[in-house]
Amino acid sequence: MPVTLDYYLLLSAVLFTIGVVGVLTRRNAIVVFMCIELMLNSVNLTLVAFSAYLGDITGQVLVFFVMAVAAAEAAVGLAIVISLFRNKQTVNIDKINILKW
Amino acid sequence: MTIESFFTYSFSFAAVVAAVFMVAQKNPMLSAISLIANFFCLAGLYLLLHAQLLAVLQIVVYTGAIMVLVIFVIMLLNLGDETKLIERFDMWKVAGIVLVAGFLLEMIYIFLWSSGAGSNASLPEQATRIGEVEAMGRAMFGKFLLPFEVTSILLLVAIVGAVVLAKKRT
Repeated sequence: MPVTLDYYLLLSAVLFTIGVVGVLTRRNAIVVFMCIELMLNSVNLTLVAFSAYLGDITGQVLVFFVMAVAAAEAAVGLAIVISLFRNKQTVNIDKINILKW
Repeated sequence: MTIESFFTYSFSFAAVVAAVFMVAQKNPMLSAISLIANFFCLAGLYLLLHAQLLAVLQIVVYTGAIMVLVIFVIMLLNLGDETKLIERFDMWKVAGIVLVAGFLLEMIYIFLWSSGAGSNASLPEQATRIGEVEAMGRAMFGKFLLPFEVTSILLLVAIVGAVVLAKKRT
């Protein structure tokens, strides 16, 4: 039996959910960051699957842009983590609450 | 079972296992390595979906650039074991997991029972052509030229922002 589009959609839903669980349960800022990358990748899988099954290239071009945005996010996000660690000596996101009021 | 479906199921099983391992792992370095394994499995799935250029870019950009940066920061900050971080298991965490389980069920319901026509079809013939570099290049420098240029400006802004943020205050 050939692999259907529904299978890829379910797989990316499961991967996205694992990423959300990681963001909600982990306290290490870098691990939270990696979980966000996982969520971006599961959405990429959805876009590639739709692009392949519908025979339209737009989804794959969109994945290219998502990758560029993820690279930019990685650079800025890790710079923020380094700067926070320099100021507060921790990457625990419960301790970093200076933006809360 | 054809060889394609065998590889699809193997790659997706390995991707889910690597993702679960990444979330459950206490050591951030092992989490990063699990995420790299997950990215390799996703690159294999892209190849099976005939997205050859994206499979290569997935390995080069994600595992080659982004994850190397992440591992570099983990080693630079010398985070090591996470036992120093207080891992609380409070009600907010349980509430979050329950909420996420509901979200997953909702997505499964939408995908399986409300999906549109043609969702059960196999890969069309033109799928093999659109993943190639030529088709991607024609689309990117033709129809999507403006988003492409905006992306380059975004990357420039990110470079400047990262330098400014990580610079030591004098």
